[in-house]
Amino acid sequence: MTLRLWHRQSLMTTQLAELPELHQMMRQTCRDYAQKELAPIAAQLDKDHKFPAKQVKELGAMGVMAVEVPESLGGAGMDYLAYCLAVEELSRGCASTGVIVSVNNSLYLGPILKFGTEEQKKQWITPFTTGERVGCFALSEPGNGSDAGAASTLAQQEGDEWVLSGTKAWITNCWDASATVVFATTDKSLKHKGISAFLVPMPHPGLSLGKKEDKLGIRASSTANIILEDCHIPLGNMLGERGMGFKIAMQTLDSGRLGIAAQALGIAQAALDCAADYAHKRTAFGAPIGKLQAIQFKLADMALAIESARLLTWRAAMLRDAKKPFTKEAAMAKLAASEAATFVSHQAIQVLGGMGYVTDMPAERHYRDARITEIYEGTSEIQRLVIANNILKEYQQ
Amino acid sequence: MHRSSEVKHVASYLNTRGCECFGQPCESHCPVLTDRTIHVQLKTFIKIRVKPDRTGVVTDGVKHSMNPFCEIAVEEAIKLKEKKLVKEVVAVSCGPQQVQETIRTALAMGADRGIHVEVSGKDYETLGPLQVSKIFAALAKKEQADLIILGKQAIDDDCNQTGQMTAALLDWPQGTFASEMTLEADKLKVVREVDGGLETIKIKLPAVVTADLRLNTPRYATLPNIMKAKKKKIANVKPADLGVDVCSRLEVLKVDEPPQRQAGVKVETVDDLVGKLKEAGRV
Repeated sequence: MTLRLWHRQSLMTTQLAELPELHQMMRQTCRDYAQKELAPIAAQLDKDHKFPAKQVKELGAMGVMAVEVPESLGGAGMDYLAYCLAVEELSRGCASTGVIVSVNNSLYLGPILKFGTEEQKKQWITPFTTGERVGCFALSEPGNGSDAGAASTLAQQEGDEWVLSGTKAWITNCWDASATVVFATTDKSLKHKGISAFLVPMPHPGLSLGKKEDKLGIRASSTANIILEDCHIPLGNMLGERGMGFKIAMQTLDSGRLGIAAQALGIAQAALDCAADYAHKRTAFGAPIGKLQAIQFKLADMALAIESARLLTWRAAMLRDAKKPFTKEAAMAKLAASEAATFVSHQAIQVLGGMGYVTDMPAERHYRDARITEIYEGTSEIQRLVIANNILKEYQQ
Repeated sequence: MHRSSEVKHVASYLNTRGCECFGQPCESHCPVLTDRTIHVQLKTFIKIRVKPDRTGVVTDGVKHSMNPFCEIAVEEAIKLKEKKLVKEVVAVSCGPQQVQETIRTALAMGADRGIHVEVSGKDYETLGPLQVSKIFAALAKKEQADLIILGKQAIDDDCNQTGQMTAALLDWPQGTFASEMTLEADKLKVVREVDGGLETIKIKLPAVVTADLRLNTPRYATLPNIMKAKKKKIANVKPADLGVDVCSRLEVLKVDEPPQRQAGVKVETVDDLVGKLKEAGRV
């Protein structure tokens, strides 16, 4: 490595240890909001499966629903590191709110910001920056999740319109969304190179929603199928070029998985908060259980898992902000953070014992919320494939 | 004297110290008058500890944040600016380097610029309402402020003196414990929360107001405003530049934790209870 590269790497490492003042302030405001407005209602939102509309509007007013969107389009104009910090802090208060924010930022606004025309940006971005409206991302289908290239939803051109038909599955936010980015096949013979992306308003004739899934966790965010039957949209609603859909999806997910990594970190942190607090208060064998090595080892492992994943997440975000390749690093971050979330929340219940199993304490909700982070926006298995492919390329003979 | 339409500055003076927000204790710069006990509130994560030499509480390495009543004061100032009743909001804080963070939070809420009055080390430990109000009075004259809004008191020392002293030094009217304030021409209508209920007064500008809990709900700093805060200026000033001597006229004799809670005594009958109370001289 050249001296300059080493110097730049070491600068990044220093920066990782101590965030810039702007980011610290931003993190603090999100933390304050999460502690005061989200944490007190999270359990009830989970019980009621209720979309936090009021909070989403307030977050919109704070600029959190469109962190990376430039100010000219109504966003906060901050970088991806700031966005990851925001999602982590909000998820620490309420994991559902975290994913609502993440999907709107990364999966909906992200691709339009990157691939949209100026006209499309004005129409499909600006109204979605205020928290009044949220968007969603429709890639998965009942027949394919990880196998994204096998999209069976079709888009056929009829005159000056596209007609979409097919079913999309597992769409986060869809019952509360006002628009969606949909991926459909325009040229079946080209396989994954024949997929294109489209912008569809919601509600819209020809677009209907399946029943809300009754999920294990993140229950305040809605998940359902989107059914397209003879859904007509103007030609101008194609996002990017014809056949670019798969590329758009993959690039969007590269960034999106950092949002999910951040969400997983927030859940893990909340679980650690719960366990550490309990370790101080609960006494057994004549002393607080925090004095017992068995508990101490658990807390140490939990904290280590979170910090490691956090640094991976920050590094990937900083690479993205520096416009450097970050696919491998993003996959590592998402994998590490989601596995940390499931590990930490599992151990948190263990530390709490019986209390961890009942709804009086939030540990059980963190456990339920954590589980999905290893599945959506690229399963842990897919992340491993992405990392391995990148490693093998690096070592190519 | 300025008309309300020409009100130039609303100086929102921040109590610099920490506050017990989310269990983080704060630093007192108001010396205790006698051997008054410092009220220690046990919070979830951080325990406040008295220094071994009993001259104060431990503040090293403890996170400080804006006094909650000062947050309310800043919010009120910004609301006045949004209503176009004032032209500029200046956030001021006295203390060491770290108070700049607090000033920046005020800027992120919407204040236009900040002034950091540098006081550190021993001077800071003995800084109290009298010195602070002298500093504020000097700044108010220098900046030609028309309105000063402070928090009614700091939640670490509960002095509740700075606002009143500042007004006296400037010979300005004061509206303290404000739960409502309205600018009407060149007069300020202030509703004060007092022991007997609510008192409404009208005071002429320039004036000093201290904010009470119900004056407003402070906003969260928005991301765009945090970005803007980066570009806003914080001027550095020393007390000597303002002709203020920060030497303290008070000496802390001692600081103690509140007495440990004693175990109670169980009694069998009401007669026993009355007997015990009489014994203790309570009845």
